[in-house]
Amino acid sequence: MKILLSFLMLLSFCVNAASDKMHLDKAPIDLSDKQSLQRGARIFVNYCLNCHSANYMRYNRLMDIGLTENSIKENLLFTSNKVGDTMSIAMSADDSKEWFGASPPDLTVVARSRGVDWIYSYMRGFYRDKTREMGWNNKVYLNSAMPHILWELQGEQTLDANSGNLSLIKPGNLTEKEYDSLAADLTNYLAFMSEPVKLKRQKIGLYVLGFLILLLFLSVNLKREFWRDIK
Amino acid sequence: MANTKNSTGVLGWIDERFPLSSFIKNHLTEYYAPKNFNFWYFFGALALFVFILQILTGIFLTMHYKPNAAQAFASVEYIMRDVSFGWLIRYMHSTGASLFFVVIYMHMFRGLMYGSYQKPRELIWLFGVSIFLLLMAEAFFGYLLPWGQMSYWGAQVIVNLFATVPFIGPDLAEWVRGDYLVSDATLNRFFAFHVIALPLALAGLIMTHLIALHEVGSNNPDGIEIKLTKDKKTGIPLDGIPFHPYYTVKDLIGLSVFLIVFASIVFFAPEMGGYFLEANNFIPANPLVTPDHIAPVWYFTPFYSILRAVPPILNSQFPGVAAMGLSVMIFYFVPWLDKSKVRSIRYKGILYKKWLASFVVSFIVLGYLGTVPSNIWGQLPSYIPLIGGIDFATLVARIFTIIYFLFFILMPIYSKKDKTKPVPKRVVMP
Repeated sequence: MKILLSFLMLLSFCVNAASDKMHLDKAPIDLSDKQSLQRGARIFVNYCLNCHSANYMRYNRLMDIGLTENSIKENLLFTSNKVGDTMSIAMSADDSKEWFGASPPDLTVVARSRGVDWIYSYMRGFYRDKTREMGWNNKVYLNSAMPHILWELQGEQTLDANSGNLSLIKPGNLTEKEYDSLAADLTNYLAFMSEPVKLKRQKIGLYVLGFLILLLFLSVNLKREFWRDIK
Repeated sequence: MANTKNSTGVLGWIDERFPLSSFIKNHLTEYYAPKNFNFWYFFGALALFVFILQILTGIFLTMHYKPNAAQAFASVEYIMRDVSFGWLIRYMHSTGASLFFVVIYMHMFRGLMYGSYQKPRELIWLFGVSIFLLLMAEAFFGYLLPWGQMSYWGAQVIVNLFATVPFIGPDLAEWVRGDYLVSDATLNRFFAFHVIALPLALAGLIMTHLIALHEVGSNNPDGIEIKLTKDKKTGIPLDGIPFHPYYTVKDLIGLSVFLIVFASIVFFAPEMGGYFLEANNFIPANPLVTPDHIAPVWYFTPFYSILRAVPPILNSQFPGVAAMGLSVMIFYFVPWLDKSKVRSIRYKGILYKKWLASFVVSFIVLGYLGTVPSNIWGQLPSYIPLIGGIDFATLVARIFTIIYFLFFILMPIYSKKDKTKPVPKRVVMP
């Protein structure tokens, strides 16, 4: 006990060197909101899917969010005409590495590696930085090689070096609120794409748990019946 | 003829050619287990269940998985998306891996509590420790297969441990990898070990574990040998009950509870907050980018902590590697380290209880510390003599590493000195 106490005292002496965790905004997403997912899919295909691939995602999986095969073909399929194809891009990784300094990562499961809050904050974290090749920097991922693709919509932000806050210096086509909701739709879509089966999984899980609880009830009674004579 | 069981019909036909009835009798309907098994005795049956579950789900995963550095990651995502219920099979396999260790750790702790390794059950324990060792290897090989960043760098770190062996180290590590770095060659051989070599060896060892168990009979929470008190007429232990149907129906309860936990994870939290499936493992392996923080999966972290806690000697990391190896191998010696006159913790004295508790605490603390970077609690101020400047978490890990080993090393002394209580003749029902 004494040893433990002296430890705790030592701990209080120690400098807290724990890495300063980046503050991330909570992504206001809802996987059951099909309208939001469809808007997100449209943004993803129009803006992201030029440099970023989603090589494990098939176009026809978008039927899970309420689209029909025809509407996918007409509105989202630009590079091929097979809805069973995966969302690949024409740009090669070697070329993009030469052009941007880093090849844009595949985004199929990015919501599972980065987390949705990171993506939501990242898409709203771009600011003007003259020192970067592309003229953009990001508060969430410093010196990210990615330029602000949605700048026409959001406008231009600048970083206040002292407070670390971002402020809008040139408004875009959308209001701040509209842009935030667009970022949320995109994040929502990326979350869906990272695990399309998630809602179905949880739904099946409820039935499975229901069955197992019944099994537990039966086995408890079965055991009681068999063990009646054991003292 | 050979049929001495007086069975007739189809069973009689079989019994004349194959000892089916006697096998069922010897191992189920007339295998007498102590009647006082408690909660801790579920985990043996559960371990067998999870083993079979891993084999079955593994077979289906193997049908779609590609052991190829260029295709492995994509094939796992293919399983998760395009294979019918592939996601379910994969989550069952990944959750099963973690829960296998939960079950095995509980099972081993049961053995430590009730002295199940003592004479005449030393061989059961030795087989068991070997199963544990192989299971760790099996899990390690399997973890490379999804070919994510954690898979890749975890394997890199572990294989590099071999490189610390004096003289032959670097050659040894290269021989294990089959290449200068973890690569396609490594993935392929790990796949072979994971799906053929180790499961086969595990199945064999599990069989010997059970054969040895059924030869001497099960221990119980009182540590009383039930075979010493038999019914004079029938020769059946008075405190024994047939495994079937008594324990088959009882284990059904354990299984139901286990499955509820299992299904809750599979269906609602398959990543288990990053402990069962790590976020970094959703990034394909990249030999050029090292993740900021490489941590093994949770079930290896107590041993990983011991590895990190031991300071290098003469610029060699080998002492840490040796300590880690020893921390696992030391379980082999337990049957001969325990000098206590009694088996069960119920009749052991306060000394053993205190030491076992300290061991559990150090196992958990080391397990936690292995999941976090060693600078998590900052450094000790440099003006403290001897230990100033080192990471506080490292110091804590060192202290608990020492406690971990002292539990085993001092066992002959404290188990002998300990004041034991008299053991009753007959078992106590829970």
